[in-house]
Amino acid sequence: MQNHPVYTDNDPQTVPSTLNLGPTHPATHGVFQNVLQLDGERIISGVSTIGYIHRAFEKIAEHRPFYQITPLTDRLNYCSSPINNMGWHMTVEKLLGIETPKRVDYLRVIVMELARISDHIVCNGVLGVDTGAFTGFLYMMEHREAIYEIYEEVCGSRLTTNIGRIGGFERNFNTIAFSKLRKFLKDFPVTLKEFEVLFNRNRIFVDRTKGVAEVTPEDALSYSWSGPLLRAAGVDYDVRAMNPYSSYEDFDFEVPVGENGDVYARFLVRNEEMWQSLRIIEQALVKLEKEPTDIFHADVPEFYLPPKEEVYNNMEALIYHFKIVMGEINAPNSEVYHSVEGANGELGFYLVNDGGRSPYRLHFRRPSFINYQMYAPMSRGMLLSDAIINMSSLNVIAGELDA
Amino acid sequence: MGKITNEELLNKINGKFDQQITVVGEPYGLLTIETAREQIIALLDFLKNDTVLQFIYLTDLTGIHYPEQEKPIGIIYHLHSLVNNVRIRIKVFLPDGDFHIPTATTVWHGANWMERETYDFFGVIFDGHPDLRRILNVDDMTAFPMRKEFPLEDPNRVDKKDYFFGR
Repeated sequence: MQNHPVYTDNDPQTVPSTLNLGPTHPATHGVFQNVLQLDGERIISGVSTIGYIHRAFEKIAEHRPFYQITPLTDRLNYCSSPINNMGWHMTVEKLLGIETPKRVDYLRVIVMELARISDHIVCNGVLGVDTGAFTGFLYMMEHREAIYEIYEEVCGSRLTTNIGRIGGFERNFNTIAFSKLRKFLKDFPVTLKEFEVLFNRNRIFVDRTKGVAEVTPEDALSYSWSGPLLRAAGVDYDVRAMNPYSSYEDFDFEVPVGENGDVYARFLVRNEEMWQSLRIIEQALVKLEKEPTDIFHADVPEFYLPPKEEVYNNMEALIYHFKIVMGEINAPNSEVYHSVEGANGELGFYLVNDGGRSPYRLHFRRPSFINYQMYAPMSRGMLLSDAIINMSSLNVIAGELDA
Repeated sequence: MGKITNEELLNKINGKFDQQITVVGEPYGLLTIETAREQIIALLDFLKNDTVLQFIYLTDLTGIHYPEQEKPIGIIYHLHSLVNNVRIRIKVFLPDGDFHIPTATTVWHGANWMERETYDFFGVIFDGHPDLRRILNVDDMTAFPMRKEFPLEDPNRVDKKDYFFGR
């Protein structure tokens, strides 16, 4: 932890004042509270209170079959819900031993990298807003809209996507989805470049962010940080590179690493990750050309709901539909931990199954929850305005914080 | 895959903690061992500070409830050795009515909120924890909601009985 000078003056005129930052403060970007003791503008101590939107997902999940848990995972990190959905599907596939076709993997990679971009757009855009530059946020937001339109073509919804199914996707990508994706790949780099020109060497922005909330790699590891925050602190841990899932090993990408873990380094790491995500999507599109275009799910009739028209006209489809919906199919009695690189870090699913069709225990390793616990200790001695931008750059998503 | 195999890892642990750990299995390639709460902190400390193993990263800490077992509450640690890229899962089961276990915050700062969450949902007391309060539920709650006896719905409601939904 860094050592800012802390005022320890016992002069009665400088009695600390208490400030309730949140739960509905606009600068917190979510529903959570910090009770701060302030000496002037400097924070003496802080206590974080979370749980305002706790929805007991882990308990609900114990009473739902696997395929009904996907909509719950949407609501964890709602800025990049496809990553949560895919992570959950892959956990179940690992438990059941399902091998997905390469085309499914590549389509998943495309959707997950789009989600990562949309999450980083929000985080870095908002960081600009909190330092007083609204323009960058508006420039970037246009492209988040483009990403949401691609989701719409793929799954029909925008924010809480419920995208994909166990084994693949519920329907194939249509041509509009691909043309929108190509348009995004053409337009977005221009804006991202403009965004970087606007911020990276901007005197005001650099002064506000450089050296603020520096974190050593030792602290970051001890606090189990993951994702862009850990990499900004100088540790090159990325689940995609270390434990590749969904055929990430087929892709050529770099893991950007920062130097001192301050807000500026986190900003740069996130920007660079967006460039890498674009690279991955472009490679995926090339790889998709070599795959058969009609495959969009694995051949697992016992877990993959058949299309409705087949249920009405085909005996096997009707049987499987009935078995899946009525819960006649059991999963292995085992336990599995699977993690994916979410936009905020390692998003893990620990699934214990007792042989039934719903989990005996399901635990989400939520990166925001684990990253955020350092916030109060690291704010000690910091200026209030620095603590605000530190919070933006942690990218705490209330849904992921509380589960 | 990792630089050290599960077998080497197990041999190394057995060399230090002979007779004190039992191997549960290797579900999906993840070595799972069980130990007693007396050894857990020494084991975590050994795994973290050993120059070869270097399990410096606490991925996850959570609980589980098996009401029929003699030791109903389990605490589950997932550790990750970033250098060797190998993971390990450690389980500790606690006897009924005595849900105490030493805190892991002495080994990792990050265990703090994970243990608070486990206390909040399972009622496990982490001895030596600096700030063991509820974290996601309200402070004046008396139940521990992730235990199996805690119902999902308000038991007085009649409109949401499970049998209406074929469960």
